[in-house]
Amino acid sequence: MDWFFNFPFKSEWDPESIDRVIKQFSINNKVFFDGIKAGLNGMISTLYNILSWVPWWGYLILVFVLGYLIKRSWRTAALFSGMLSLVGFFGLWDLMLITLSIVLTSVFLSLLIGFPVGIFMSFSDRANQVLRPVLDTMQTMPVFVYLIPAVMFFGLGKAPAVLATTIYAVVPIIRLTNLGIRQVDEEVVEAARAFGSTRMQTMVKVQIPQAKATIMTGINQTLMMAMAMVVTSSMIGASGLGMEVLISVNRIEMGRGFVSGMAVVIVAIILDRLTQSVVKEKEKSL
Amino acid sequence: MSENEVGKEILRLEHISKVYGRNKKEAAELAHKGLKKDEIKQKTGATLALHDINLSINQGEVFVIIGLSGSGKSTLVRFINKLHEPSTGKILYEGKDILTLSKKDMIAFRRDKVSMVFQHFGLMSHRNVIDNVAYGLEVRGIEKEIRYAKAREMLHLVGLGDIEEQTIDSCSGGMKQRIGLARALASDSEVLLMDEPFSALDPLVRKEMQFELLTIQRRLKKTIVFITHDMDEAFKLGDRVAILREGRLVQVSTPQFMITNPADDYVRTFIESADKTKVVSVSQIMQTPTCVVRLTDGSTRALTQMRLNGVSSAYVVNQQMKLQGIVTAKDALDASASKKLVADFMLQDVPTVEIDAIIADILPIAVSAPYPMAVVEDGILRGIVTKASVISTML
Repeated sequence: MDWFFNFPFKSEWDPESIDRVIKQFSINNKVFFDGIKAGLNGMISTLYNILSWVPWWGYLILVFVLGYLIKRSWRTAALFSGMLSLVGFFGLWDLMLITLSIVLTSVFLSLLIGFPVGIFMSFSDRANQVLRPVLDTMQTMPVFVYLIPAVMFFGLGKAPAVLATTIYAVVPIIRLTNLGIRQVDEEVVEAARAFGSTRMQTMVKVQIPQAKATIMTGINQTLMMAMAMVVTSSMIGASGLGMEVLISVNRIEMGRGFVSGMAVVIVAIILDRLTQSVVKEKEKSL
Repeated sequence: MSENEVGKEILRLEHISKVYGRNKKEAAELAHKGLKKDEIKQKTGATLALHDINLSINQGEVFVIIGLSGSGKSTLVRFINKLHEPSTGKILYEGKDILTLSKKDMIAFRRDKVSMVFQHFGLMSHRNVIDNVAYGLEVRGIEKEIRYAKAREMLHLVGLGDIEEQTIDSCSGGMKQRIGLARALASDSEVLLMDEPFSALDPLVRKEMQFELLTIQRRLKKTIVFITHDMDEAFKLGDRVAILREGRLVQVSTPQFMITNPADDYVRTFIESADKTKVVSVSQIMQTPTCVVRLTDGSTRALTQMRLNGVSSAYVVNQQMKLQGIVTAKDALDASASKKLVADFMLQDVPTVEIDAIIADILPIAVSAPYPMAVVEDGILRGIVTKASVISTML
């Protein structure tokens, strides 16, 4: 009766064979992967250089001004820049800039890939059918799994971190671009066509502008997903605030963990509120 | 509006059919055998949207296609600019089949030849009013100043002044459809497709827009294909009306002919939903004037005429049949002793109506007129309209 309680069919297949294939693949294409890695590292360090070129008070002023412009409230603006100055207070300013450079590079790549893919999915039902399960998989796969191939192809450091983050964060922008364009009032699209728009004109002049609010939500979501990967990606050597959290977990240093964790939260909240208000502003004007 | 202004054929639909789903061929065969939509759906699983539509639309006419929801009318109008494609059939624009046009030619056709007005306006909320009106010109690549000038002209034509910079959301329903109309007119296209353009408006605004459309149509003489489910609207606007039922054409004719000669009971019930007083004209209900006397006739002759025709009044005309007045039996009796001529005792204040007036317009006169009303055309007596015949059109 053993077969009754225990699944009786077991494959002799060894998951390690995947490892071997991938390892071999990465060795065979070393030049290619090294090229990508160098490109990614170049982007990250360029962005970091730009970010660290701006003095600390520049950020406080920027957040204050943006906060006021978007929320129309002096108190919110002051709250934002006050929160941001806490990060400096804890001595985490430079780590924050490193984290930001990784996150923003990932977001940039996500938008670069996700926006066109979303548009493509919106007018091809076939692509929509094929890609939807892929997107579901990308989003529900435990994020740690992305780290392994990233390390295999690119070693440790920021480049694989950006890659893993991009895979995770690209999904919402694809989904919401697709959704936004599909949700545009059919009569409006018909009107665009009826007046002799080419497919490109319909897309650029009507569908994308009409879908703007939803697409902005997608950008906001992508940003938040990228922030959520900060600590995870520090496991493969991405320095920054995430690394601080990871170290304090390993050493059970509660205070350090709390402070660096708070810094992540602060950055996330400010980014979220600023981009989200843009969405709401857009919705109101529509 | 009258038929004689209508030019030659501009659009022709030949054997247009549309079937959704599988087994299209089978469904088409069953449709030819005359099976109904539901029966075909049951047997083949295919949905018959339209079957064998043949129409000829003339330049400068307002051609109304009317049907209930699900009759396929909105689909049909979208074939004309190929927003939808029919399963079979041809659509000829000035003799050329537009369904065979290449993508590029189709875009050119939509830019230059047809424009469209939509039920829910189809306006682009991210653009302001003038950019919406100028949209058709913009996609053609026309310079900003020229297209804005044209758009402004069109906004004024539809009765909208200085709202160029306003957002679409700040406009009322009536304004929105005026903008939609202005956008369609801005392309200077020959054919205007209007898909239930006034259905989403409230009744008062709808009437206003119908009037506006007729006014504009008189000036611009466009060919208009107008879709509606409202019989009143169809009869008010249409030079010709086509009734569509479950994907088939039931009758195509002028409103007047349709009222007097409905093709079947379906058309009859449809017509009954309409207010006939707005369609029937005086010429359709008038009777030949039998009891007519001349200015030079005596009172005895007038009385004889009335007795012969069994009426109590007679119309007085001159040599050219121009209406001069009316004599009543009572006046004629009073005058018979003095041997007066009709001209001396006739009443000159006669209720008259023009021959092409519609019944709704003559109702106030009909109610108060003591005698049958005289129907005149350029002053010449053409007939008489009795109260009874006016009332019968309202039933």
